[in-house]
Amino acid sequence: MSVDLNTVKRVAGLARIKVDDAQAEKMTGELNTILGFVEQLNEVNVDGVEPMTSVVETTMKKRSDGQTDGGYADKVVSNAPVHEDNFFTVPKVVE
Amino acid sequence: MTDLTKLTIAEARDKLAARDFTATELTESYLGAIESGNEALNAYIAVTGDIAREQAKASDAKIAAGEARPLEGIPLGIKDLYATKGVHTQACSHILDGFKPEYESTVTQNLFDDGAVMLGKLNMDEFAMGSSNETSFYGNVVNPWRRNGTETALVPGGSSGGSASAVAAHLCAAATASDTGGSIRQPAALTGTVGIKPTYGRCSRWGMVAFASSLDQAGPIGRTVRDNAILLKSMASVDAKDTTSVDAPVPNYEDFIGKSIKGMKIGIPKEYHMDGIPEEIEALWQQGIAWLKEAGAEIVEISLPNTKYALPAYYIVAPAEASSNLARYDGVRYGLRVPGNDIVEMYENTRAAGFGDEVKRRVMIGTYVLSAGYYDAYYLKAQKVRTLIKQDFDNAWADGVDAILTPTTPDAAFAPGEITDPVTMYMNDVFTVTANMAGVPGMSIPAGLNKDGLPLGLQLIGKPFDEGTLFQVGEVIEQAAGRFEPSANWWSK
Repeated sequence: MSVDLNTVKRVAGLARIKVDDAQAEKMTGELNTILGFVEQLNEVNVDGVEPMTSVVETTMKKRSDGQTDGGYADKVVSNAPVHEDNFFTVPKVVE
Repeated sequence: MTDLTKLTIAEARDKLAARDFTATELTESYLGAIESGNEALNAYIAVTGDIAREQAKASDAKIAAGEARPLEGIPLGIKDLYATKGVHTQACSHILDGFKPEYESTVTQNLFDDGAVMLGKLNMDEFAMGSSNETSFYGNVVNPWRRNGTETALVPGGSSGGSASAVAAHLCAAATASDTGGSIRQPAALTGTVGIKPTYGRCSRWGMVAFASSLDQAGPIGRTVRDNAILLKSMASVDAKDTTSVDAPVPNYEDFIGKSIKGMKIGIPKEYHMDGIPEEIEALWQQGIAWLKEAGAEIVEISLPNTKYALPAYYIVAPAEASSNLARYDGVRYGLRVPGNDIVEMYENTRAAGFGDEVKRRVMIGTYVLSAGYYDAYYLKAQKVRTLIKQDFDNAWADGVDAILTPTTPDAAFAPGEITDPVTMYMNDVFTVTANMAGVPGMSIPAGLNKDGLPLGLQLIGKPFDEGTLFQVGEVIEQAAGRFEPSANWWSK
C-alpha cells in the first residue's frame, strides 16, 4: 500500500501536526519508502497465529481500589506552559 | 594520584572501601573530565555538579560510618529519558522545553538508594528515535573513537549515544541507557563499551519517557561486563507503579562472573549471515565462536527463520505505540506551547515546532497504521509476526541452547550525515531488534577492531530472565578479546 499527498495531509491532521505543502510532499516519499519496506510482511503466513500481547506469560496485576496518592494540584500543574489557580489554561474551546 | 576516571566501578568500589580516596575526590575527577571534555563530545546536555557533590559527601559519610551501599559514591551519567526530580528531563526533544519533573523514575531512585552519584543528564536521539544520535534537539554527540590517522567526527550510535560516548571517554563510570530496538547495544558496539538490554519487565519503566511501551527496557552501559552486572542488580526491581515489571527475584549477577561455560550450548543462527555485511564482521563472529569453543562451550548451528521479518514488524509496532504515547505532547500540561487561533491550531503549531523530522515521520507512520481500516493489515499482523519471532527463540531454548551469539551491528561507526535514507539507518538495528520483539535479554561486548581501528561488538541473546548466563558468557568474551579504549584522548582541553 502507498499513500498520496492528500492521505499524508489527512494523517497529519489526525496526528495534529501542521504541515505545509512542501513538507507533505517530502513526507509522502519518505512514508512510502517505509511502507514499502514493511510490505515484506505480506510474505508471512500468520493464519492461526495469535498476536503477541505480552512478552512474558503474566497475569495482569491488580491493585486495591483506593486512593494512594494525590493532594498536590500545584505540583501537577507546575510544568504547564500556562496555568491559573491550579487549572491548565487553554484557548477558548466553546463559542 | 592516578587518574581516578580510569577505574572501573568494581575497582573504584574496592578502593573507596579501602579509603584510598574519597567519593568526593572521585566525583571531582569526573566533574573535571566533563568540564574539559564535554565541549568536544556533547555527551552531557545538563551537568548537575551541585547534586553530585552533595551525594558524594553523603557517600563519604556512609563509608566513614561503615554503612556503604552497593554503589556507594559511584558517579553515573543518566540518559535524559529518565525523570529526575527537579532536573532537566526532555528526552532531548524541543517539545519538552523546560520540563523538570516533580518525581523520580524508579530506576534512578533504585540507583540513588544504592548510593550512586548523578553527574548529569546525557544526550540522546529525540525520544530515543535514532541510531546515530543525530536527531537530538541538543545537537549531535561525537564518538571519542576516530578512524586511524583521521580527525573526522564519527557518530556514537543511538539512541543512547550520549551514554555510550560518555562511558567510552571516561566522563562517567557508567551510565543508564534504554533499548527499544537496539539503543543500548548498538551504541555500545560503536564505542567499545558493554551494554545490556535485560528481559522486558526486569526493570520498571516508571518515570522513563515512553517511546514504544511493549518494547522499551532500561539497562546500563559500562566499561566491563562485571560493571554491567553490578549496575543491573541495582536497576532491576518489581514496581507497583509499572504493571509490566515482573515479580521475580533479582539474582546477584556478579556471582556469574568467572564461572566456567564448559558444556554450555551456544547457538549460531544461520539467518544472521546476511548479504552485504562486511567480511570483518563475519570474521569477528568466527573469532567469537572460536573463543567460546576454547572455553569449553558446544557450538551448534540453529535456525531463527523469521529473523528477516523482525525489522519490518518493528517499524509498524514501534511507530504505532509511539504515535499513541506522544499524543500527550499537546502544549497543555508541560513543555512547549506555540499559540494558535483556536485549540486545534495551538496543538498543531506546538507539535510542528516541537517535534523533529524523525519523530514526525514515526508519529505519521504510527497514526496511519492505526487509522480506521488499517489496524488488522498492519498492527495486528505485526503482532502476529512477533509471536513467530518469539517462537523461533522458544524452539532454540527447547533444543537446549543456553545463549545465542551474533554480531551486534552490521558495521562500525559512521560519519554524521553519511546515512540519510531512513530505511538504511533502520538497518543498524537488524541484529538487535529481534531481542526486543521477543522480549528476551541481549548484551553487546566489544570484541575487536576493524581495519580503520574502530571497535566492533558481539551480541549474546539469552533466555527470558537469564541475564546471569549472558554475564557468564560475556565475561569469557571480554577476557579473550581484552578491553578497548580510544588510542588518544583528543577531546580534553
